[in-house]
Amino acid sequence: MSQSIDTKKAGKIGKIAFGILLVILGLLGVAAFTSNSESEEKGELNIKEMIFGHVQDAYNWHITTIGDKHISISLPCIVYGQNGLDVFCSSKLGHEGHYTEYNGYKIAEEGNYAGKIVEVSTGKRPWDFSITKNVVSLLISCALLLIIFLSIAKKYKSNGFCKPTGLQAVLEPLIVSLNDDIIKPSVGKNYKKFTWYLLTVFFFIFINNLLGIIPIFPGGANLTGNIAITFVLAALTFLLTNIFGTKAYFLDIIWPKVPKWLKFPLPIMQFIEFLGIFTKPIALCIRLFANMFAGHVMVLVLVGLIFVFSQLSVGVGLGFSVVSVLLVVFMSLLECLVCFIQAYVFMTLSALFIGMAQVEEEEE
Amino acid sequence: MSLLTPDPGLLFWMLLCFLIVAFILGKWAWPAIVGMIEERGNYIEESLKKADEANAALAGIKAENERLAAEAKNERVEMLKEATRLKEKIIDDAKTAATAEANKIIENAKESIQLEKDNAVKEIRSQVAELSVNIAERIIRGELKSNESQIDMINKLLDEVNIAKS
Repeated sequence: MSQSIDTKKAGKIGKIAFGILLVILGLLGVAAFTSNSESEEKGELNIKEMIFGHVQDAYNWHITTIGDKHISISLPCIVYGQNGLDVFCSSKLGHEGHYTEYNGYKIAEEGNYAGKIVEVSTGKRPWDFSITKNVVSLLISCALLLIIFLSIAKKYKSNGFCKPTGLQAVLEPLIVSLNDDIIKPSVGKNYKKFTWYLLTVFFFIFINNLLGIIPIFPGGANLTGNIAITFVLAALTFLLTNIFGTKAYFLDIIWPKVPKWLKFPLPIMQFIEFLGIFTKPIALCIRLFANMFAGHVMVLVLVGLIFVFSQLSVGVGLGFSVVSVLLVVFMSLLECLVCFIQAYVFMTLSALFIGMAQVEEEEE
Repeated sequence: MSLLTPDPGLLFWMLLCFLIVAFILGKWAWPAIVGMIEERGNYIEESLKKADEANAALAGIKAENERLAAEAKNERVEMLKEATRLKEKIIDDAKTAATAEANKIIENAKESIQLEKDNAVKEIRSQVAELSVNIAERIIRGELKSNESQIDMINKLLDEVNIAKS
């Protein structure tokens, strides 16, 4: 009873607070209009560059800039180019705004390879195996995956049939539902051959998505919103689908069960089926990449809006910051959901594609 | 646009890391976890089945117990009935025996009382006779002091005898 009164009170207080907020916002708006004329031009703000700087890969992990001082973690660059193998610290190449040359390499400022290491003399890309921001994030997430799941596996061994505890209890329902409700029915009777891949893929994407929405180190790298990562995952699904495909699956591509005119003089169906082999994993690759990329861009745009409005006037900027923060909180919560959904979708579709290639010869 | 062209360096690291992680997890983590979960599921299912069986067995035992208890109860009732019957019989027998005994004793008593009474009566009679004789002797002695009275007496007695004779 007292609890319900408390919540009612809290609701009332919330309403009052919201009202006050609206009033303040209104006042700020008025203030903004009055101070508009007094506002002076500030330094040029390039939102597009800011956003792309955040969502793309980088040679150092930039944390923040205080005044003119950049606080960032320098990462090793490993390149193989005109003069053999070269390993150096990324700080040798300078930082955004003023890049420096080192050992015949520099970071291109424009062109196709903007932001990447190129050879100064030819302008071409060397073989670049640098430990970039994304690679570090990848290593962190892989380490996390190994720590989490090996410790859980150990716990299962030591715990025996006891009640699961801690992290084990958190992840068990997830693992069980993925294994029993998706992998088993989607892949079919050979599911045990693919669980290692499907479960790893799910948790790999999930953990990287989650790390991606943490704004500061060690999160914040847009790993699953990078096409190279999703490409590798989709390629693995493609390989597993086709390497372990059954005879019936390939026969269905070469000689599908459709009216003859659709496949005989002109191999229309064969063409479509053949194309389908590739479009399925490509869709996987693009879907994950686009979703995570868009989520990051959305949050960054909302934050960027504060600075765009601040250019108009400090008042508008302040006023909008409240709206912006609310929207960013909303977006981040939505992203949490998307993190799970995308990992789930990728794994489910992979399981389905692999399952489709596991068809047995139908008896007629 | 570099956004849509995968970077070979990252491709390489990703492939390497992911395959290593997938291999390690696939070898040591997933089989252990999934296997253990399945085993535990089976174990729980089996345990439940066993518990059901045990319950059924227990129910059987209970029914058996109840049957035995009912049987014992019946037997007890029977025995009680038998005992009551026996008791009544014993009491009846004892009663009849006692009655007979009592009757006998009463009879004996009556007999001895009669005997005593008869004896007493005899004795009284003899004493009474003796006394009467004595008294009569004394009376007669007193009355028969004179001759005349003695003759009167004899006459009287003779009359009496004659009267009695006639």
